[in-house]
Amino acid sequence: MATRIDRKFAALKAEGRPALVTYFMGGDPDYETSLKIMKALPGSGSDIIELGVPFSDPMADGPAIQAAGLRALKKGMSLTKTLALAASFRESDNTTPIVLMGYYNPIYIYGVDRFLRDAVASGIDGLIIVDLPPEMDAELCIPAIKAGINFIRLATPTTDEKRLPKVLQNTSGFVYYVSMNGITGSALPDTSRVADAVKRIKQHTDLPVVVGFGVKTAEQAKVIGTAADGVVVGTAIVNAVANTIRPDGSLVADPAEAVATMVQGLSSGVRAVRLAAAE
Amino acid sequence: MDKAVEPNSFKTGPDEEGMFGIFGGRFVAETLMPLILELQQAYDDAKNDPAFKAELRELSTNYAGRPSKLYYAEGLTRHVRQLAKDKGLDGGAKIYFKREDLNHTGSHKINNCLGQILLAKRMGKTRIIAETGAGQHGVASATVSARFGFPCVVYMGATDVERQAPNVFRMKLLGAEVKPVASGHGTLKDAMNEALRDWVSNVDDTYYLIGTAAGPHPYPELVRDFQSVIGEEARAQILEREGRLPDTIIAAVGGGSNAIGLFHPFLDDKSVEIIGVEAGGRGLDGEEHCASMSAGSPGVLHGNRTYLLQNKDGQILDGHSVSAGLDYPGVGPEHSWLRDTGRVSYVPILDDEALDAFQLTTRVEGIIPALESAHAIAQAVKIAPEMAQDKIMIVNLSGRGDKDVHTVGKLMGMEI
Repeated sequence: MATRIDRKFAALKAEGRPALVTYFMGGDPDYETSLKIMKALPGSGSDIIELGVPFSDPMADGPAIQAAGLRALKKGMSLTKTLALAASFRESDNTTPIVLMGYYNPIYIYGVDRFLRDAVASGIDGLIIVDLPPEMDAELCIPAIKAGINFIRLATPTTDEKRLPKVLQNTSGFVYYVSMNGITGSALPDTSRVADAVKRIKQHTDLPVVVGFGVKTAEQAKVIGTAADGVVVGTAIVNAVANTIRPDGSLVADPAEAVATMVQGLSSGVRAVRLAAAE
Repeated sequence: MDKAVEPNSFKTGPDEEGMFGIFGGRFVAETLMPLILELQQAYDDAKNDPAFKAELRELSTNYAGRPSKLYYAEGLTRHVRQLAKDKGLDGGAKIYFKREDLNHTGSHKINNCLGQILLAKRMGKTRIIAETGAGQHGVASATVSARFGFPCVVYMGATDVERQAPNVFRMKLLGAEVKPVASGHGTLKDAMNEALRDWVSNVDDTYYLIGTAAGPHPYPELVRDFQSVIGEEARAQILEREGRLPDTIIAAVGGGSNAIGLFHPFLDDKSVEIIGVEAGGRGLDGEEHCASMSAGSPGVLHGNRTYLLQNKDGQILDGHSVSAGLDYPGVGPEHSWLRDTGRVSYVPILDDEALDAFQLTTRVEGIIPALESAHAIAQAVKIAPEMAQDKIMIVNLSGRGDKDVHTVGKLMGMEI
């Protein structure tokens, strides 16, 4: 069964360029504004949307995404509302894949079966759950696959040859290569090592491999995009939102516009990969 | 929740997946998975290595000062008998203290740190990180790091840095770098998040020395094993002293390492009543407590499934306790399982009750207990008068209270 994610990567392959995968935090700075941000993403050049679910204790995230999650929670964001956000987006866009990214506890408390039912109904295509390694596949991964939702796994520099098959076993949609050991928003790693790592993963799977952690500029997106099937940008987008908010919570500029401008720039980076290839 | 099936033995967990019933597990980012698998391998090897055991025994004896004493708390026993008399009863159980406060560094934390530093050394790691609440584990980590020549970074909530100032200074003297963590309420939970972020960023050289019997498998198991020396000694000591097992054993539970250490060797002694004492804070009605098993629900945090304080959206609450060491919204997974199987009873003790027990113990025993341990003592004082005089109780005096004198002084309105 081809999902929106599969169809998107097939289309991009035909187009000959990598995907731009954009992460933003649901509910940051508030529900309505984040819906506006989300709706503006595809038009700005985002191919796949990673919708962050705020969690009180984001153990794998750096300061920028931690702060974004707390801003969202303070404004009353929840998993229920994150699903509503996706459903609302789906009313006007039925093709851009949405991948929910977050931590397991809110889903566990929501109830796995109920969550999967509601996620499908809200047009969610994939899940990235940071704290569910393959060892815990029975929790959510297997039920998600049965429900028709892609379970996207992170591979990291610590994922060695021996472990890769286990990590890839129940992965579908795409593989997310975290290009360095660390929290989100850390510095960009050496690009030749990223290319090697992508090659290594591709020896084990036919799935597209996207690369994230540390990409901030169009130029970096282009460089990474040359070596991978997609580029994930998260912290830079979350920072673009943060930069429009004054300490007292009032807005300096329109967050949706700030994100759109940033994504347009990044998009020119991934699109340049096709131009370079065509030359 | 349905009561879990009672097993033939309570001492066989966890299973190969690190589960105690539905609790425990390995809920960590992929970056950390190879590390905890490596740790598990190293621990399995070490457990069966006589040289490892011999080195740990040598250090426990001559560096930490084990075995710790089992002390008959005559003053406190007299006190609870008077309480009984005042109620017209002739009860008042005989109370013993397991004196973990007499260990080097002043608490039970050294037991686990010695075990884990030897593991770190075995694994070829060169840098130690730790989280701490009250600072007891931070001090013990800094101590063993100094002893073995490792650089050590201790993450500590900003609130705790303030309320446990003496321990912060001790850690710095021992050469550790103390990093205050301002997120959340600046307590143990936040320190643990930050330690995990450090670990995920420094996977090659860093050993994460977790201080409590929580976190991803194998931590709950190995911390329990290193702390079980408490219960093993106490069991042998009471048999020698009284010729029989105790009727009741009591320990305070934050993450639960001193408690699981005392409880584990007694789990299959059916006649022994086991009580874990949670921080009731300012009462269980609101959110100002840390009684995750009395007032929380199962969830997933810090690598394991366990009872947590959380809202209906699965967001973790901060909780509150006067005792920094109990100020944690979760608990080790084995405790959650022991709760659900009914083998151990978990009860809350309020801040005020713990403060009363702190002062009482100081006055009638000449022992200043840690505020954490004062929670266990408060429970003993609460139930001992109702028990017959020939009943025997062991309370884990998990640490000494020097670190808490500022906090208590402030609460009593005293200038220090």
